[in-house]
Amino acid sequence: MALTDQTRAEMREIIARYPKPRSALLPMLHLAQSEEGHVSPEGIAMCAEELGLTKAEVGAVATFYTMYRRRPAGEYHVGICTNTLCAVLGGDEIMASVKEHLGIGHNETTEDGRLSLEHVECNAACDYAPVVMVNWEFYDNQTPATVRDLVDGCRAGTPPPPTRGPSTLCTFKQVSRVLAGFPDGRANEGVQAGPATLVGLELAKERGDRAPAMSTTDKDA
Amino acid sequence: MANPHALIEGVAISSYAIRSSFAVIYVRGEIVHVIRRLQQAVLDAYAAGHLGKDIAGSGFDLDVVVHAGSGAYICGEETALLDSLEGYRGQPRLRPPFPATHGLYASPTVVNNVESIASVPAIVLGGAQWFSSMGTEKSKGFTLYSLSGHVKNPGQYEAPLGITLRQLLDLSGGMREGRTLKFWTPGGSSTPLLTEAHLDVPLDYEGVAAAGSMLGTKALQCFDDTTCVVRAVLRWTEFYAHESCGKCTPCREGTYWMVQILQRLEAGTGTEDDLATLLDTCDNIFGRSFCALGDGATSPIVSGLELFREEFLAHVTGAGCPFDPVASTVFAPAGTSA
Repeated sequence: MALTDQTRAEMREIIARYPKPRSALLPMLHLAQSEEGHVSPEGIAMCAEELGLTKAEVGAVATFYTMYRRRPAGEYHVGICTNTLCAVLGGDEIMASVKEHLGIGHNETTEDGRLSLEHVECNAACDYAPVVMVNWEFYDNQTPATVRDLVDGCRAGTPPPPTRGPSTLCTFKQVSRVLAGFPDGRANEGVQAGPATLVGLELAKERGDRAPAMSTTDKDA
Repeated sequence: MANPHALIEGVAISSYAIRSSFAVIYVRGEIVHVIRRLQQAVLDAYAAGHLGKDIAGSGFDLDVVVHAGSGAYICGEETALLDSLEGYRGQPRLRPPFPATHGLYASPTVVNNVESIASVPAIVLGGAQWFSSMGTEKSKGFTLYSLSGHVKNPGQYEAPLGITLRQLLDLSGGMREGRTLKFWTPGGSSTPLLTEAHLDVPLDYEGVAAAGSMLGTKALQCFDDTTCVVRAVLRWTEFYAHESCGKCTPCREGTYWMVQILQRLEAGTGTEDDLATLLDTCDNIFGRSFCALGDGATSPIVSGLELFREEFLAHVTGAGCPFDPVASTVFAPAGTSA
């Protein structure tokens, strides 16, 4: 899909959020990606025009950040955490199993364009390890079998919902639009905080542990 | 515990304190669930009149933007974050000047971790005396300890500063059945590894520093006796090589070459000399890199070699890794041995 006047208008909306226009560049690139599935030369040119930069200046930024894709990739982008903790707890086995199952490797896309695969670095969910992301949504506590089912579901167009977050999985383009700062209204869907997030709180309640009471009289400045 | 409004309220109070009318919550882009919830919380706060123009008739204006990053760990470094937020490659700046005088757009800027900002409303409500009635002599208050790895009940545990890992493990159910703790990080991979010998170290800034490490993020990653320390250190080093921004030579080149060395050690084709080369390389990165990412990259290697030199040597003399990686997974069949 080519970029439109609508895209350009939305880029100007993003620029208006910031005291200085160039601060809008990262979300503008997310927006370009939400239209085309990757950051194309056309997307770079539009950002450059709107910000009064050269295409080289925008390209230098776009190539620094790993979330911007320079080539079209899958509708469902699968990221398997193989940083130390997830790798040790099973991420390596999951990666090997998915590679074999799909017949593609790191940074490759299936022939039908449905799925692309990437090994990712820590996704800040060690307490849910091993963690797999699809389109940057969390699939917690995975095994090789659950991830095979997950990618089969993505291929069939019926992916299971993320463990936390929306009740259905968004496409890569839809998610990129949220990253550009255009909310999709789905913030309150599904599981908000998973069990590991709340385990300490539950334990404290069970044990009757509380912070010391706040005094209402001798509050100091 | 999962309430984004604690953060938004903290942002509003902190901005009022420094008379700032513009605040940004810069959050990594790879966690859309979190970004959605923050966006919604900011919208809710505007709708309720807690943000925007003339808040609650005070004459104070504040705009808050939720800004999604794009996959660069280095943007957790405050000056790299500022460059990124100005629309540049996320690379650290030379300091001084510090952000407090020359930050975003060369204006005075306060950059804080979200956990610090989210604790502000409770401190304002309860008062300094209340807050400092928790914690230890120099490390006051409470914090989130994030327990993960080969433990029975991984998750977030809020506790006063100074609690020990032994206490946290006792409270939470301990290590997984039939296994013992081999090594752990007090604050993620950039903080030197600790072992069972450090179970009673108070997890506050001074206690962990006295034990030769750093409190850091309080990401308590616990690994049991099925885990190969060489493999763990290799993965962490691959992470730093991937996330090095490339600005300075010691970090960019050093992490690249250390990955090569660790890969051959793990594959059983390394030599004893490689261990000396690793330490020598770390020596040339630590204190000589532009920012703390390079220093952090040396932590797992130096501490790993200090604590587990025999295990590194076993990879050289025994022709490869003596561990079964399946035994360390969470879905390992019962009875799998290391």
